[in-house]
Amino acid sequence: MTTSDPNALPAKPPGGIDIAQGDFEPNLKRRYQYDNIFRIITWIATFIGLIVLAILILDTFLDGLPRLTGNFLTSFPSRRPEQAGIASSLVGTLWLLGITALFAFPIGVGAGIYLQEFASDNWFTRTLEINISNLAAVPSIIYGLLGLAMFVQLLGAITQGRSLLSGGLTLALLILPVIIVSTRESLKAVPDSLRLAGMALGSTRWQTVWSHVLPQAIPGIMTGTIIALSRAIGETAPLIVIGAQTFVAFLPNNPFSSFSAMPIQIYNWTSRPQEEFHTNAAAGIIVLLVVLLLMNGTAIYIRNRFQKQSL
Amino acid sequence: MAFKFWNKRNVAFAALTAVTLTIAACGGTTTTEADPEAEVGAEGEDTEMAEGGADVSGDVLLDGSSTVFPIAEAMAEEFMAATPGTNVTVGTSGSGGGFEKFCAGETDISNASRPIEEDEIANCEANGIEFVELAVATDALTVVVNPENDWAQCMTIEELQTMWAPESQGTVTNWNQVNPEYPDQELLLYGPGTDSGTFDYFTETVNGDGGASRGDYTASEDDNQLVQGVEGDPGALAYFGFAYYIENQDQLTSLEIDGGEGCVAPSQEAVLAGEYTPFSRPLFMYVKVSAMEEKPQVAAFVDFVLDPANRTFVDETGYVSLNDDQYAAEQAKVQ
Repeated sequence: MTTSDPNALPAKPPGGIDIAQGDFEPNLKRRYQYDNIFRIITWIATFIGLIVLAILILDTFLDGLPRLTGNFLTSFPSRRPEQAGIASSLVGTLWLLGITALFAFPIGVGAGIYLQEFASDNWFTRTLEINISNLAAVPSIIYGLLGLAMFVQLLGAITQGRSLLSGGLTLALLILPVIIVSTRESLKAVPDSLRLAGMALGSTRWQTVWSHVLPQAIPGIMTGTIIALSRAIGETAPLIVIGAQTFVAFLPNNPFSSFSAMPIQIYNWTSRPQEEFHTNAAAGIIVLLVVLLLMNGTAIYIRNRFQKQSL
Repeated sequence: MAFKFWNKRNVAFAALTAVTLTIAACGGTTTTEADPEAEVGAEGEDTEMAEGGADVSGDVLLDGSSTVFPIAEAMAEEFMAATPGTNVTVGTSGSGGGFEKFCAGETDISNASRPIEEDEIANCEANGIEFVELAVATDALTVVVNPENDWAQCMTIEELQTMWAPESQGTVTNWNQVNPEYPDQELLLYGPGTDSGTFDYFTETVNGDGGASRGDYTASEDDNQLVQGVEGDPGALAYFGFAYYIENQDQLTSLEIDGGEGCVAPSQEAVLAGEYTPFSRPLFMYVKVSAMEEKPQVAAFVDFVLDPANRTFVDETGYVSLNDDQYAAEQAKVQ
């Protein structure tokens, strides 16, 4: 019987393709070639972005690294490029980040938890969701104008006008949608079985969320928050509208102080005619990148700790 | 177990502690908000009178044009060095943005690269802000071409108008249309964007109407990009502030300007002598009168800016300081 012979080719089905007759050519070589070509195309797509980034960073480092001395970090802006430093705007940026995180994190995560875990699915919730997603795409200068009207003018008595607090609150508004959306996505990824198990054992919804769902979602929430804060750190337009200064020769020591921020200082240096100021701008960009990387590093560290713990 | 610290309860506790501490810190600074100024004031009183500085302390708030910023920055830096206890801050929200804040009473001094406009004066009056206009320096608006351009050395205002008039849009595209003696070479124009005070001054002077310009030129708010544009093209022409020419002399050629009394090249000497016309433009600081009366540090700062002994601070920035007569005239306005 031919069918019992494992090496035998299957019989030609009536009217079908006969592989043995050459109707189907495996042609593995060419098919693997297509595989390779596709792999190379995706590789190029990935690396174009990376190469551009690498060139930018390399160019900036070549320009700015020689200028990056301790002096640069501790000096105030100056008309003499070789004496100018980034101290006041660096401290201003750190203050801004602190204030922004202080307001945006609890409010954003709280809103995300409510929408994902507590809100019932009705037209009101859906309207909220759509609006929050839309807010994430609003240009930052609009937030600047909102902040100017609300925090600087309307609430000027509390924020002392064009202060760090006004700037931080405006940036908090700017990144809230990003934090809310990423919080919701992280909560969505937590399996429902966990919630059901919690409630089956008699926990309230609050107990389930707080002790079981939220810890699982923390890594994702942290990632979203850091991405949002990284956006905030590079913003210039809303801060200029709010009234950030360009020349500040003191370190802000309270949230009501007037301030400058690194992107503003860097922008000012790039637009100056003297080449030396452009070098300062490159050095400033390096400092900004380092702050950004430190932030991301902290986030990854925290995330990894949570992930290991939850295993 | 290695990461036991990060259990839920500890995280919650840590977060709460952090929030509480921060709020406490904020609260703490609120109540002591007046302290830094008080300390600074005391320091100011203790310090011997520094050269050029009076025995004053406190804030001086400047905002406005980014063109005037280098001068304001230089003056602020030197004034603070000479007068410990003072805090001068300078913003760069542009001439228009600066006047908006100034007329709302938020700043003491507004930097401007153009005179204040009618509606801005009305805005200031409506808010009861009285001001003095002070010229603090002069900028030589410079017209530059590519070094390969060997045909144009000196241009009249009429020729520039032929290039830049609104009617020229799309029609004047070759150097030989500007002057028949010029070669057949494509004309590529670069200039500041419409928000710029330089743009206002140039269009006012050349086209007779501030803001009237052809629109088909490469515009950038960053003058360094204009420099690069002209560097890269033999048929290019651009206008911007003198400092950007001085810093790029090797890559650019400046044109002499014939304002009716012969060709004059842009230079500090020509501007000081009043010969580089009509492209010598004054740069302004608008000072709130009540600020000068109520805040001695503002009056001291204005005196410092208008002191001819400090003219080197202006010259270092690439602008041209006033001549002695102009200094005397500006000082008279604030006496």
